[in-house]
Amino acid sequence: MGARAAAQSIDQGAELLRVDDISLSFGGVKALTDVSFDVLRGEVRAIIGPNGAGKSSMLNVINGFYHPQQGEVWFAGSQRRNPKPHNIAHQGIARTFQNIALFNGMSTLDNIMTGRFTHMKQNMLMQAFWRGPAEREEVQNREKVEEIIDFLEIQAIRKTPVGRLPYGLQKRVELGRALAAEPILLLLDEPMAGMNVEEKEDMSRFILDVKDEFGTTITLIEHDMGVVMDISDRVVVLDYGRKIGDGTPDEVRNDQAVIDAYLGVAHD
Amino acid sequence: MFYRQAGDFKTTYRGDIQTFPLRQDRIAYYLMLAFAFLVVPFVINDYWASAVLIPFLILAIASLGLNILTGYCGLVSLGTGGFMAVGAYACYKLMTAFPDLNMMIVVLLAGFITAAVGLLFGIPSLRIKGFYLAVATLAAQFFLVWLFNKVPWFYNYSASGQINAPERTMLGFEVTGANAEPAVSYLFCLTILTVLALIARNLTRGRIGRSWMAIRDMDIAAEIIGVNPLKTKLSAFAVSSFYIGVAGALFFSVYLGAVEVGEVFGINQSFLILFMIIIGGLGSIFGSFAGAAFMVLMPVLLKNIMVGGLGWPTDIAAHIEFMVVGGLIVIFLIVEPHGLAQLWRVAKEKLLLWPFPH
Repeated sequence: MGARAAAQSIDQGAELLRVDDISLSFGGVKALTDVSFDVLRGEVRAIIGPNGAGKSSMLNVINGFYHPQQGEVWFAGSQRRNPKPHNIAHQGIARTFQNIALFNGMSTLDNIMTGRFTHMKQNMLMQAFWRGPAEREEVQNREKVEEIIDFLEIQAIRKTPVGRLPYGLQKRVELGRALAAEPILLLLDEPMAGMNVEEKEDMSRFILDVKDEFGTTITLIEHDMGVVMDISDRVVVLDYGRKIGDGTPDEVRNDQAVIDAYLGVAHD
Repeated sequence: MFYRQAGDFKTTYRGDIQTFPLRQDRIAYYLMLAFAFLVVPFVINDYWASAVLIPFLILAIASLGLNILTGYCGLVSLGTGGFMAVGAYACYKLMTAFPDLNMMIVVLLAGFITAAVGLLFGIPSLRIKGFYLAVATLAAQFFLVWLFNKVPWFYNYSASGQINAPERTMLGFEVTGANAEPAVSYLFCLTILTVLALIARNLTRGRIGRSWMAIRDMDIAAEIIGVNPLKTKLSAFAVSSFYIGVAGALFFSVYLGAVEVGEVFGINQSFLILFMIIIGGLGSIFGSFAGAAFMVLMPVLLKNIMVGGLGWPTDIAAHIEFMVVGGLIVIFLIVEPHGLAQLWRVAKEKLLLWPFPH
């Protein structure tokens, strides 16, 4: 059974991903030190912390961009051994980036179609011939993509090159590209950075809808505390590469270590 | 009024993803194909074939190939001339070793051999990008030309070091050699170009093409989506080299007939084809054609105007030709970096409204 199928068979509320004692350093800089937490199937798990706390590094570890010097990553019940990012995509993990990483030379439609990559199988010979299997596969995947376009309400910009879109829409297209992979675990790196209140509301609604409609598990990094406390089920707090808090939004909000990290603490 | 998309509705995704979604475009395309296949062969003469049409067709194949690598996958290559030489020498060795082999098969095999060589030289592309990759392909260019000069086996130990295309027929007509009819050579090249252009279009509009463009635009995001960078880059190298190898084989066997590798497939050839795709438009099938047409026609046109029209001496005309072509390239890069293909797109957008913009 592939990792994707294994992940799919996990019950709601059971453990989907677990990181154990992850330590990651670049030369002398320790980005993460002994961080452990788990993500349950079907929940929205937020990772918060001040700048430089190691949040993005954590996502990059889950993603396979960084390989930690120490610690284990367990996904869908099996331990991963230094996989490449493109293998991870096939296991059912998708993500968006802090700085938008769309394919600027392509249209919205093509960007989201590219997200279907792991679901398309036709080889080069069939592609070259086009008529028949390759075209059928293209049309089938196009139908899926159109569902996502409808879901995100971006029908009007279907054929627009993404470079021409405003920032908020680009973020939405990027979410669409990640959703197109039908991920089991979706990693969102600051999905609301730089947005105004309405755009944040839209994005929060999409995130909750993704969770409810597709049953996707979501792990997100976000700086807007209001949003985090509203939409997440559980929160991990990192500071200087260490985990200083973990729990429901209410628990985290009242945690003294978290308050100290965010507001600073008087040194005497 | 004249060029409209109004009323041209698509009710299936299949209709929406076809190459020419507009009916008028489709009709124009079929008319052009019919003209090229059914009219041109009957009116073609030696001058048009050897000065304009055949070099255009062959170089269009090469620029399609380079466009797949550089335009679609974003890997800059300066080794085009070297890979064309691989195609030419593979073609020569096959023609002389298997005299009875069908010419079409020879050309295709030459393409596959070049694809294998391209794969080999594409391996460094995983580690190096941009200018550094360009320099690595430059090494391929010089190495390959040197190899074909130095190893006599490649030119069958001929005294001159040249390779000469023996006479070969295709369906009873001579396509190579001194007695080949221009119309036959023309149709031979046109058929190959048409099929290869269709394949290029099919490859670039589907899964593989999108993975190439994803690597070009944002390789990190491409990897996250599941695109294997090494496989994708190597497939671009292989397909691109196949096209370039076919072009090299035709350039040698059908167009020139005799080749001295350093002169014909030197670094100049690499640059010429790179200019074609830059002027034509990176990442565009139409751009490959437009660029090839521009770079082949422009010098011929200038020469005809200056020597034929104004009566200037040929040497001065030749120098001015260099300057004008060079100047045009610079102007293009500044004014329209996306090339003729972009100009064409803009023109079509304008044309949709013209002459009643409201």
